[in-house]
Amino acid sequence: MTTLITILFFGIAYGMILYLISVGLSVTMGLMGFVNLAHGVFAMLGGYATVTLMNRFAVPFLASLAIGCIVVSAIGFVLERVFYRRFYGRSELDQVLFSFGLILVAVALVRIAWGPLAQPIQLPNYLKGQVAIFGLALPAYRLALVGFGAAIIAGLWFVFDRTLFGARIRAAVDNRAMAQSIGINTSRLFAAAFGLGTGLAALGGGLGADVLAIAPAYPLQYIVYFLIVVAVGGLGNIKGPFVAALAIGISDTACRYFVPEAGSIFIFVFVFVVLIWRPNGIMDRRRVAP
Amino acid sequence: MQDNYAPNAKIRHPPGSHRAARNDRSGGEIASRIKGMKRTKEEAIIMMCTRGIGAKFLRCGAVIGAAMTIALAAHNSAAAETVKIGMILTYSGRDAALGEQIDRAVNLFVKLHEKDLPAGTKVELIKRDDTGVNPDLAKRLAQELVLRDKVQILTGGQWTPNAMAVATLTKQAKVPFVTMTAGGSAVTTQSPYVVRTGWTLWQTSYPLGVWAAKQGWKNAYTVVSDFAPGHDGEAAFIKGFTEGGGKILGSVRIALKTTDYLPYFQKVKDAEPDVVYVFNPGGPQATAFMKALDDVGIIKSKIKVIGPTDITSDEELPNMGRSALGVVTLGQYSPAATRKSNLEFIAAWKKEYGADSVPTFFAMAGWDGMHAIFDAIKAQNGKIDPDATMKFLRSWSDPNSPRGPVRIDEAGDIVQNLYLRRVEEKDGHLANIELETVGQFGDPWKTFNKTGQ
Repeated sequence: MTTLITILFFGIAYGMILYLISVGLSVTMGLMGFVNLAHGVFAMLGGYATVTLMNRFAVPFLASLAIGCIVVSAIGFVLERVFYRRFYGRSELDQVLFSFGLILVAVALVRIAWGPLAQPIQLPNYLKGQVAIFGLALPAYRLALVGFGAAIIAGLWFVFDRTLFGARIRAAVDNRAMAQSIGINTSRLFAAAFGLGTGLAALGGGLGADVLAIAPAYPLQYIVYFLIVVAVGGLGNIKGPFVAALAIGISDTACRYFVPEAGSIFIFVFVFVVLIWRPNGIMDRRRVAP
Repeated sequence: MQDNYAPNAKIRHPPGSHRAARNDRSGGEIASRIKGMKRTKEEAIIMMCTRGIGAKFLRCGAVIGAAMTIALAAHNSAAAETVKIGMILTYSGRDAALGEQIDRAVNLFVKLHEKDLPAGTKVELIKRDDTGVNPDLAKRLAQELVLRDKVQILTGGQWTPNAMAVATLTKQAKVPFVTMTAGGSAVTTQSPYVVRTGWTLWQTSYPLGVWAAKQGWKNAYTVVSDFAPGHDGEAAFIKGFTEGGGKILGSVRIALKTTDYLPYFQKVKDAEPDVVYVFNPGGPQATAFMKALDDVGIIKSKIKVIGPTDITSDEELPNMGRSALGVVTLGQYSPAATRKSNLEFIAAWKKEYGADSVPTFFAMAGWDGMHAIFDAIKAQNGKIDPDATMKFLRSWSDPNSPRGPVRIDEAGDIVQNLYLRRVEEKDGHLANIELETVGQFGDPWKTFNKTGQ
């Protein structure tokens, strides 16, 4: 029984990592409809910012995360104003080509700035080792990941479902022309949403740095995970990716534990089956309102 | 679209076609062009340009050709003894740190010992990046190095799959290949032109299994990375441990690209073995393994963690932190060793790369690899003959390597001391402290297969 609970916990923690690094993409790609393959670039920059602030300037972990998040979302905002916004009406192929090019440029720049090696992260002592909860010894770092993931989904849900900003974004996503005609400045709104998405990516990159190592190849190495979570979760909502990340995390972890021989291919089989069953993702909004 | 490309249309469409007529606008001109007597201004300019370019190109070619002939002549007479060495390592990606270790050792050796080469002889290192476990790319790079760059010796060989691919090529190309850190036993059996200067997993893991059984541990679990050296390490440890009366509770192989190791180690913890044998290819993965072992609580439990030298890779010890304290490994080199030759090596290394840089067993394989290559060049006075080189390398020895006495045997494998080490704190840093010398070992896999076991 304790084993099952431990495995469940590990699965949730792993799902949270997947969720944290992908949630930003569910904002930019899911809500704004932009095929942003370069999402990992912002996660990587967040990771580099966090690690550099901690290692070189001895800034505490949480403060580094916050600063990294702000800096990267500012970078995201600027990039959106300068480049991304020119591609909103363009075909998906154009968007893919642009954002893939952005990955290659970012990978090269990061290699020049930080070198080719993975950046080690020294977690603060309170996130090391194990913590006893209800007689279970759980790794402190994973526990923190679960906490952060829960806080972020709650925060996002509040922003999108309960604030004027969220209502405007939903309106603009559903019908941009109509939103504009009732006086919503959709251009500025999308810039803000993009900044939010990249900030979340940066947060995920920094938080997950201990599991997904920060190195120049980051945006290419983990691109599959970002896309899987958003594809399985479905476009156009923020709860879908959360459910998808948890489902993938838990089932993948359980599979690694019980059938380790099949460990590495399970996730792909899972995605395969889900997408055959529901091609638009498990939480497809279009099924409800076609 | 049509408007954008209108200027080109003149060239693409035959004179007199509808479009050409529309663009030219001059009926008389069209008539004359049909007769082929007069060209439009633009066409004339283009013709002139291309002719000019062609002439210039020809002249350039002639100059380059002449220069090359002269250079080649000079090359043949004066610098005949430039030995070209092609080195394929991982310079980018997750495991670039490991490639950097080898690269630094090789560069340092060349820098310190270039003066010892016969008069007039030089070495030219041509480096290529295989980006990680990538046999296809490694083979292509080796092919280019041999065919285009005409290298006389190949080296590097950081990964077993890559080294296997390169080794098969050397069989046809007859180019000596000194593989440095590929640990799969089979690499040296692929071609008569391969020797290794690193280690094999059988070499470190079989004696470790024997040793573990002698400690009175009854049950073991094995966790290895899922690629050839991992399979070797698993088989070797199991053979050593079960021969000594031990029992294997289970074995797990983890895909190289895995990022989350917790479930695998939780399974180990639940099986409650006396000891867990772990192997990974070192580098950042070693730290990820160690953190996962700590996170599930194995490090602090009664279960002992042992493995070959890779799992407590010296450059990663600072990243592992206290998680790694007390882990026992069997390995051929620790920078913390106090042999005189090692103290000198460490001093030279720190002088070159800074006090914070630590050479690991990867660097050591590169260092001795270059040493063997240099000795082979010296023995042949700079004129590399593939078969003579292989004959020399297969009996090469150095009684004073920083890792202790080493030699290469007939099979092309390295014979070296193995030391039992434990991760301890020394002068405020973690280090692999050598406890005892277990003995000199070659590659046991070859011995077992010779006697039919």
